[in-house]
Amino acid sequence: MERAALLRRLTWQTGTVIATTVETPRVKTIALAVPDWPGHRAGQHVDVRLTAPDGYQTQRSYSIASAPGDDYLSLTVERLDDGEVSPYLVDELRGGDELEFRGPVGGHFVWDEEFGGPLFLVGGGSGLVPLRSMLRHHRAIGSQVPVRVLCSARSLESLIYREELMKRAADDLIDVSITLTREAPSSWRGYRGRIDPALLSTAGWAAAEEPLTYVCGPTAFVETAAAGLVALGYDAGRIRTERFGGTGV
Amino acid sequence: MAVTRGFHGRRAADPSRVPPGQYVTRDFPVLSAGPTPYPQLDTWEFTIRGAVDKPVSWSWTDFQALPREQFTVDIHCVTKWTKLDVTWSGVSLDTLLAAVPTEAPYAVAFSDGGYTTNIPLADLRRGKAWIVDEYDGRPLDPEHGGPARLLVPHLYFWKSAKWIRGLDLRTADQPGFWEMFGYHNYGDPWKEQRYYGD
Repeated sequence: MERAALLRRLTWQTGTVIATTVETPRVKTIALAVPDWPGHRAGQHVDVRLTAPDGYQTQRSYSIASAPGDDYLSLTVERLDDGEVSPYLVDELRGGDELEFRGPVGGHFVWDEEFGGPLFLVGGGSGLVPLRSMLRHHRAIGSQVPVRVLCSARSLESLIYREELMKRAADDLIDVSITLTREAPSSWRGYRGRIDPALLSTAGWAAAEEPLTYVCGPTAFVETAAAGLVALGYDAGRIRTERFGGTGV
Repeated sequence: MAVTRGFHGRRAADPSRVPPGQYVTRDFPVLSAGPTPYPQLDTWEFTIRGAVDKPVSWSWTDFQALPREQFTVDIHCVTKWTKLDVTWSGVSLDTLLAAVPTEAPYAVAFSDGGYTTNIPLADLRRGKAWIVDEYDGRPLDPEHGGPARLLVPHLYFWKSAKWIRGLDLRTADQPGFWEMFGYHNYGDPWKEQRYYGD
């Protein structure tokens, strides 16, 4: 492990909001121009810090949605109704605003080309965010590693990055499976219902292919997916997980 | 300090109990780097090894026979949440370390699943750390580290290794899993020691 490369003091930086994109009624992507961004690895996150006029500050962590080589640093934020920070970021923040943050943080839930594959990316709700960074990175560097993606969302309307996922699925190296857990159009030809071992087996790789798997989403989703993969014979040491609160599966 | 346009925020209920940059949650979020392990209790052991004359192990039955403490503390996760008044039950590290004379100043906690974290041994003594197997009066859930986890509430919660299987005592400090990835080596929430250099 290249510890020396990771040990860099993380200072607070200011990014300028270039654009906000509505992903779903509850989710927005915020593109930031950052003057001295040191770069990141696909899958890492940043800490955002908001400051009120009286000096009160609060922080939250958000996964980076953009690839290391993208022009802007993007964060995708799901609005939690009882949240303190996400309603501000989704409802209030707009182009031209400045946002304070530091990072990148995290060195485990990351994918570098040298890690190889085959890759299995399993995302529930806004758990797709760091996986999107990996998918974009995969394309940007022209990786030949085959990828299977399994997305779980409540409905088609609540699936983030819908168009981008559909486009990427046209790539021979990339398979995208989508399961809708609450409502699906009658014409829906994807999967329905919550993930289970049968769906993981269909959408993923055989254990014998020794896949490298990244699972991200709410706790219950990640527990189900990771336990299901272990039961299918996946090597627990090649399953990386990231869990967070929020809903949307 | 740059004010964030349009942000007002909430205030911590009790700033004397909520470290800087933290917010209070009533949930008990789960953060783990990999799948949850499900060890068998009949082969479970807790071992203190490394810079000791002779390693000592406790089986699950041995561990259950040790004097227990029930206590209520606040916990602070580096991902920003703080949970107040959490009740645990388990065995004080003082009880376990009393069985293993050592001059070693450092410990590396090791767990099922391969997780490690480093802590100065002084931070595990004098009533500051426990191996807990009950949360809120019930056996600790696997996703929260059951059957047993380390609990060092005065440090960020990643130091409270889930699924703990023992301590490796060391004469020299050895960074653990998250510490190798750029998290702070010590992790005092009141000094906001989240990352390397904080």
